[in-house]
Amino acid sequence: MELILSKFTKRFGATTVISEMDLHVGAGEMLALLGPSGCGKSTTLFAICGIHRMDGGSLHFGDRDVTTLPAQRRSVKVVFQNYALYPHMSVSDNIAFPLRVKRHDRATITRKVGAIAELVHIGELLDRKPAQLSGGQQQRVALARAMVREPDVLLLDEPLANLDAKLRLEMRTEIRRVQRETGITAILVTHDQVEAMSMCDRIALMRAGQIEQLATPVQMYENPANQFVAGFMGNPPISFLPAHLGERITLSGGNSLPRPDRLAGQGPITLGLRPEHLGPQFGQGLRGTITFVEPQGREDLIDVRLTGGEALRAILPSGHGHAIGDSVDWGVRGDRLLAFSTDGERI
Amino acid sequence: MSRTAAVPGLRIWHLVAVLSAMSAPLVIMYAFQIIDSVASPAPGALWPTGFDLNNWRFLWESVDSGRPGIWQVTFNTFVFASVTSLSVCAFSLTAAYALSRLNFPARRFFLAGLIVLHAFPTITLIIAIFIILQYLGLYDTLAGVILVKAALELPFGIWIMKGFYDTVPWEIEMAGVQDGASRFRVWWSLVLPQVQPGLAALLIISFLSGWSEFVLPLVLAPGAGAQVLATYMNAVIASETTQDFGLFKAIGMFYTRPVIVIYLIFQKRLMNIYGGGTKG
Ligand SMILES: Nc1ncnc2c1ncn2[C@@H]1O[C@H](COP(=O)(O)OP(=O)(O)OP(=O)(O)O)[C@@H](O)[C@H]1O
Ligand SMILES: [Mg+2]
Repeated sequence: MELILSKFTKRFGATTVISEMDLHVGAGEMLALLGPSGCGKSTTLFAICGIHRMDGGSLHFGDRDVTTLPAQRRSVKVVFQNYALYPHMSVSDNIAFPLRVKRHDRATITRKVGAIAELVHIGELLDRKPAQLSGGQQQRVALARAMVREPDVLLLDEPLANLDAKLRLEMRTEIRRVQRETGITAILVTHDQVEAMSMCDRIALMRAGQIEQLATPVQMYENPANQFVAGFMGNPPISFLPAHLGERITLSGGNSLPRPDRLAGQGPITLGLRPEHLGPQFGQGLRGTITFVEPQGREDLIDVRLTGGEALRAILPSGHGHAIGDSVDWGVRGDRLLAFSTDGERI
Repeated sequence: MSRTAAVPGLRIWHLVAVLSAMSAPLVIMYAFQIIDSVASPAPGALWPTGFDLNNWRFLWESVDSGRPGIWQVTFNTFVFASVTSLSVCAFSLTAAYALSRLNFPARRFFLAGLIVLHAFPTITLIIAIFIILQYLGLYDTLAGVILVKAALELPFGIWIMKGFYDTVPWEIEMAGVQDGASRFRVWWSLVLPQVQPGLAALLIISFLSGWSEFVLPLVLAPGAGAQVLATYMNAVIASETTQDFGLFKAIGMFYTRPVIVIYLIFQKRLMNIYGGGTKG
């Protein structure tokens, strides 16, 4: 089911948290709402599910206008960060609760609970209480309870935040698998860009109540709309350097790079360089000293201080033979170099 | 457990000795309360001379022709204590939920008022209450005393229940609403089960408080129709004609028995009230 949010505005008292936001999620799509803490992700989510009233704008599920519909009558489900399982009920009662509320008959309930438990792989846990489950298992139960009545839209509010690193990886694929198998439209709220990139079809990157860019993970990574987006996406993060755009791109300390043809204009710019686009394999141009080498197993993170004093980060496959203190003269991959005007817009 | 406890038990024998010495007077008092209630009086002597059930005669005959029999009074006390505790629980459950979860005008005022009332010496209100009851025509009726007692217990009850509600995660209610349940259904079948330990404790505590209430019935319902056990005992000891301590002790035993039984059964539940809600 398609979800269309248009001109959504939300105020808390006198402060406007979100103003005139538009968002379109296609049927069966999984979209990530990504952004730093306090940017309004949860607020948007709660408006979509009907916990918060909207102060302006409209919300449609398909052709149905649900803007003023109470939460009970919207076909959306939320998986909360702390799972919000009902502690006094067994797993099967937890999953069955939404069906009981709708007065389904007993045979239907048993069948549906069994089927959904099978889908999220918790078939053998049905008689336990939530307190007797691990974090990942509770997560699966919460997912099953949200999915059992086949909602039009599934909302996930930082569902992986409480899990340890290994479980997080596992549940990442699990949630995505369940979403794919059921073809449900889903919105995932997260402030972890790796999670957003790996799980979702598209990402909406938010800042201070605005969507900065809405694109597929690859587009957003390779073609960020502005400096904020470029800085948010990618781990280890992109490095920004002040530079001057003229015949060549000149940096302080006598370093310079050839100017790619696609860049227009002149004057001061901010250069964005991703770690994987810097290194000896791209020729020469940036001279400096290695200040730190951080082995990661497959590859090493290398901090470089340029002759002009700017700090840069590169990522090289292990076995590169460089050590702290070495002088280097490395090049960059020109076609992937990003340039921003001084106010942060992409050039 | 007993094997491991035996060794430290020996090591702290001096603590045990000090504690025993200090609680001995209490134990002796309780012992003589029981002994004297079933013994014939022997003025001046420490040890009673013989076994005698005469002190318990109040159970089958009237000790004072001006007053109702013990069974009528016990029934009154039971009605008084249980109706009080049931209404305290009913109002606390709903009022505390509103204070904990709903946003309504003057909420802060009610919260502050609750704390003030909780700490308020209620006896200072007794004249005003007396006048109000008389005005309402409820003076000298059991219903009137129940009303007053329940009202005075409410701040405590609401405060305790609010504490329990506050520990229930907000997301549980939101999840319930998402699941399609009405706010009432959410409260009834998702929130109430989680404050149930607090409810049980409050029920018992307010029952016991009603059971032992003395001042309110004495002042507000002095007539024969609304006697409770506390005022009944008071009358027995105050009466000039029959100053019978053996009888008084026997009635005292009779009076405290339900309290002891309730404590024995519900000890664990009562401890809950200090522990907060259930951990999910
Ligand atoms: N009930 C409220 N009253 C007033 N302000 C609020 C309320 N709820 C949220 N806000 C404000 O709205 C803004 C957005 O909050 P929101 O919870 O949507 O952030 P978020 O993007 O989910 O952040 P996080 O990643 O930390 O969860 C914040 O600045 C927050 O202070
Ligand atoms: Mg949030």
